[in-house]
Amino acid sequence: MRSDTAAVSLRNITKTFGPVVANDKVSLEIYRGEILALLGENGSGKTTLMNILSGIYYPDAGHVLVDGREVTIRSPKDVYDLGIGMVHQHFKLVDVLTAAENIILGMEGSGKLDLKAVGDKIRGICELYGFDVNPGQKIYDMSVSQKQTVEIVKVLYRGANILILDEPTAVLTPQETQKLFQVLRNLRSDGKAIVIITHKLYEVEEISDRVSVLRRGKNAGELVTKDTSAAEMTNMMVGHAVTLNIARPEPKNPQPRLIVKDLTVKDEDGVTRLNNVSFTVNSGEVLGIAGISGCGQKELLEAIAGLQPMESGSIVYIDPATDKETELAGKDPRAIFSLGVMLSFVPEDRLGMGLVGNMDLTNNMMLRSFRNGSSVFTDRKAPRKLAHRVVKELDVNTPGLSIPVRRLSGGNVQKVLVGREISSSPTVLMTAYAVRGLDINSSYTIYNLINEQKEKGVAVIFVGEDLDVLLELCDRILVLCSGEVSGIVPGRGADKNKVGMMMTKLGGDVRHETIS
Amino acid sequence: MARVLSLVQAALVFGTVILFGALGEILTEKSGNLNLGVPGIMYLGGIAGLAGAFLYETACPAPVPLLGLVIALLCALAASVLAGFLYSFLTITLRANQNVTGLTLTIFGSGVANLFGGAMNKMAGGVGQISVSATSGAYRATLPFLSNIGVFSSLGFMVYLAIALAFIMSWFLMKTRKGLNLRAVGENPATADAAGISVTKYKYLSTCIGAAITGLGGLYYVMDYIKGTWANDGGIEKLGWLAVALVIFARWKPRHAIWSSYLFGILFWLYFYIGGLTRSSQELFKMLPYVVTILVLIVVSMRRKHENSPPESLGLPYFREDR
Amino acid sequence: MKPSRKTPFVRIAKRDSIAMWHGWLIRLAGLVLALIVSAVVIYAIVHLNPLKVYEAMFEGNFGTKRRTWVSLRDIAMLLCIGIGLAPAFKMRFWNIGAEGQILIGGIATAAVMIYWGRALPTWALLSVSFVVSLMAGAIWGAVPAIFKARYGTNETLFTLMMNYVAIQLTSYFVAKWENPFGSNTVGIINQMTQAGWFPAVLGQKYMLNILLVAALTIIMYIYLRYSKQGYEIAVVGESDKTARYIGINVKRVVIRTMMISGAICGLAGYIAVAGASHTISTSTAGGSGFTAIIVAWLAKFNTFVMVLVAALLVFLEKGAIQIASQYNLNDYASQMITGIILFFILGSEFFTRYRLIFRRGKDVD
Repeated sequence: MRSDTAAVSLRNITKTFGPVVANDKVSLEIYRGEILALLGENGSGKTTLMNILSGIYYPDAGHVLVDGREVTIRSPKDVYDLGIGMVHQHFKLVDVLTAAENIILGMEGSGKLDLKAVGDKIRGICELYGFDVNPGQKIYDMSVSQKQTVEIVKVLYRGANILILDEPTAVLTPQETQKLFQVLRNLRSDGKAIVIITHKLYEVEEISDRVSVLRRGKNAGELVTKDTSAAEMTNMMVGHAVTLNIARPEPKNPQPRLIVKDLTVKDEDGVTRLNNVSFTVNSGEVLGIAGISGCGQKELLEAIAGLQPMESGSIVYIDPATDKETELAGKDPRAIFSLGVMLSFVPEDRLGMGLVGNMDLTNNMMLRSFRNGSSVFTDRKAPRKLAHRVVKELDVNTPGLSIPVRRLSGGNVQKVLVGREISSSPTVLMTAYAVRGLDINSSYTIYNLINEQKEKGVAVIFVGEDLDVLLELCDRILVLCSGEVSGIVPGRGADKNKVGMMMTKLGGDVRHETIS
Repeated sequence: MARVLSLVQAALVFGTVILFGALGEILTEKSGNLNLGVPGIMYLGGIAGLAGAFLYETACPAPVPLLGLVIALLCALAASVLAGFLYSFLTITLRANQNVTGLTLTIFGSGVANLFGGAMNKMAGGVGQISVSATSGAYRATLPFLSNIGVFSSLGFMVYLAIALAFIMSWFLMKTRKGLNLRAVGENPATADAAGISVTKYKYLSTCIGAAITGLGGLYYVMDYIKGTWANDGGIEKLGWLAVALVIFARWKPRHAIWSSYLFGILFWLYFYIGGLTRSSQELFKMLPYVVTILVLIVVSMRRKHENSPPESLGLPYFREDR
Repeated sequence: MKPSRKTPFVRIAKRDSIAMWHGWLIRLAGLVLALIVSAVVIYAIVHLNPLKVYEAMFEGNFGTKRRTWVSLRDIAMLLCIGIGLAPAFKMRFWNIGAEGQILIGGIATAAVMIYWGRALPTWALLSVSFVVSLMAGAIWGAVPAIFKARYGTNETLFTLMMNYVAIQLTSYFVAKWENPFGSNTVGIINQMTQAGWFPAVLGQKYMLNILLVAALTIIMYIYLRYSKQGYEIAVVGESDKTARYIGINVKRVVIRTMMISGAICGLAGYIAVAGASHTISTSTAGGSGFTAIIVAWLAKFNTFVMVLVAALLVFLEKGAIQIASQYNLNDYASQMITGIILFFILGSEFFTRYRLIFRRGKDVD
């Protein structure tokens, strides 16, 4: 039972970051007494839109209306005054303080703290909606789901009537998710307006009244949940397949190079990120990894590279020359290297992990090779030659070899990083979001590089977020969904919608024969 | 028994100096600023107070003790606040490195204090010749109703002031809204900023007020501990570093600082009261406060109990654009 | 939609980069400004022509041959400590414990000189104390590093406390070795035999100090810039995420580097005891452990630039002593002036990293 005037109206919102248009004339209506799901892939602009509503960004154009009145939101404080409250994916809580202290942090009021009164008010809110928060409990003592509850109570305490939740179930177990949904239903009955930003179709189906879909920064459509289907939603979210004309040579004589079996990874909070993942990567082939952001791809690559501790499972590397098998599980990058395993990894965090931003190109090239040679001194000639070669062959736009790499543009930074990783002639090459943020030309350069490696016999793992690219570049595609293997399909001839379904629902809509 | 009493007395006086120093630094560190300029601030507070009293007493033939006390107090506070402001301006607004800035402040403070102290000594006719007896007397005046009770018979009012300050600070930090905001700033400035708290304002205020309190330690040292004179013997500097140690030992909790400061006092003076120690072994005894502090540091980092740990963002600068 | 807030009068914007010369120009401007302020302060206190005062300072440093050598000796000492701090700071490990590491090296050296002064010839004494002071300093530096690597213990506070433990240890040994009895000083060790003292080289008694430190300057520069370990230090200091990614054992690098840092500071103690004062006391380091931190920081860990910064600070100190005796002033003025200069230089650093943008869009550098 939703009310008639929209609680919040976003009209023709446009927001650009440099050359990237995050929101392109996007409009949205949010009503009280209703749960709206905001659906879209990575890069669709949904988080940017909600960040505008919560005062973090300022739109370049467009209007925001609250209860029919046009408003200007310039800071998070304005947001509270308007009765809007956003619960972010990354919690903003101070560990050493209690729930009550975090909830009232920064609020105006009497000099003396009356934590008892605060506690009573919190308990009142909890009782009304079905939460379970102990006001005196310290945040560091809480589980992830409890922390999230504190964040929700925080916005309710400050009088929010319009709640925005960003990927709320990403960190919850199924049981905790059900509890959350019950609370959301209670809030809805109380006349609150709720927006959930999500990827997960089954959640959309279960909890939302309406769905608004964004694609590549624009409105893709609006649906009433009970009148639509998962297939229709996926279609809207993912769109029609776009031909990109990326070359795809056939793998020649593929031999297994990396065998992953029953890999299970938990993060620092104890949340399971990967659950019994198994697959094989072959030489001369590109295995794509598709999945919604946060479904475990990062943990997968980092576990293989030795940067992420694993709960259980095995990762076996097979040497191409000797066929010797080496178990990688539980070993750190140093150990992996010293065992003669030729594994290269292009991480997602280019300047924070893959490269040292303040160092120049030569010094960055040296990151992999500085131990070479028996001398105490580093050999700079070879890395400098490599830097030269990379700059020339990959057409890196840089004023010279001695400027710090953080001053290069995104595409050039990536070329430097990829160039270095393939220079060591790896047997297995892993790349995470290799073309994220890159312009078209740089992207194609990277695709060509990958194909070159493939033809040399390298086993390539390509984690990507653009389904169109995955469908054209990869020989096989492994789809991850919430940390589990949803399916492995051949790249040639795969149906974009089916893959999209597998990303959002384990196993997709139709049973597939899993090819390992 | 008299020896024990004497030890306790010495410990109380000694402890009060470092208690002031530590309380001020606790307030500063709660905001995330690590101010290694504590010895320098204590120097400045001490010399400013002494100078104020000295000038007053030389200018005025019949000085009023209470007025001398107030003048010295105001001078000490003014100098300390300025020092704290200088540190804040450099580290918060101009984003200089906290360690280097603090150490520079210590060098500067010690230089200024000894410079003026030496000059005043000369004016008064020689080392230890400064006599601000009226003012110093005021500081050492005991509370009338306690002057007959054993230990308390010789304690000046500042001893009680320090204890009171500790309780006030504890109440402020734990039971007031602003205290809560300050704690958040020191633990997680990004979250505090997002909650609408002005990180800059809180850091400035807590550092300046903290410096003022620290400076009182120097004032007490000059007026009571060494009874209104000046000697360029580096006494304040040692006590300043001990105050920094005390902050750690007390785990950033003002009320713990009270008994800890007296404990440090006992540890420091113990060698004097234990018979039969060779002079060299006495020096080993004097190590105790520092060793004990190191142990606390280690244990706290091993156990990682949040309430005992340093504020998370201690020593780290906060820039909003890095968020 | 009109943004209804006016652009602020002045904004801060981070600079992308700054030409080397531009950066040094700003620091120089800070230095000049500081000298002007100091001159004003000096005038206010002593009512003397500041230029004459600065001239006196120069006299104090280089007026006689002996003074020149003493200045050089002190520059070498300060520089040595700065060299020791460079690798630790480059790794972003805040070693505030130089003062203590110097004393530990000094104690070790004094011990060798006292206990074996009659048993071994000088060259043997010098070699043994060289090694022993390195080892002693290395251990003193390793302890905080081990706890930092293992438990994340705050190294600023730990190394600071280690200073005072070292000072008390020194007092203990001074009391133990005191000579004459009851004086609480060790006196000049081996005054008659000069056993274990630095020999005069090329006729100059401080030449060996200077040569040693000059060699260290070059070695450390090469180590940090050209060696594999130096490269590891740089990577760990810049981004320990990247260091782990390429398989650098961060814990081992931290401990190893602090051992080197402590060792060199211990060596400074060796130089102080065997090569300069020939005695050991709690003022053997004399606060230079702290001053060197500032030297290393301002020089941005470049050992050659440290030579200049150390020279400046020693110049100030010696000059102030001269002023003190010449004008009947207190020689603590040097500390005050040093402090003022350092404040200005620290403040000027801001302008090398940020630009001020005034409302009309004009950039101010």
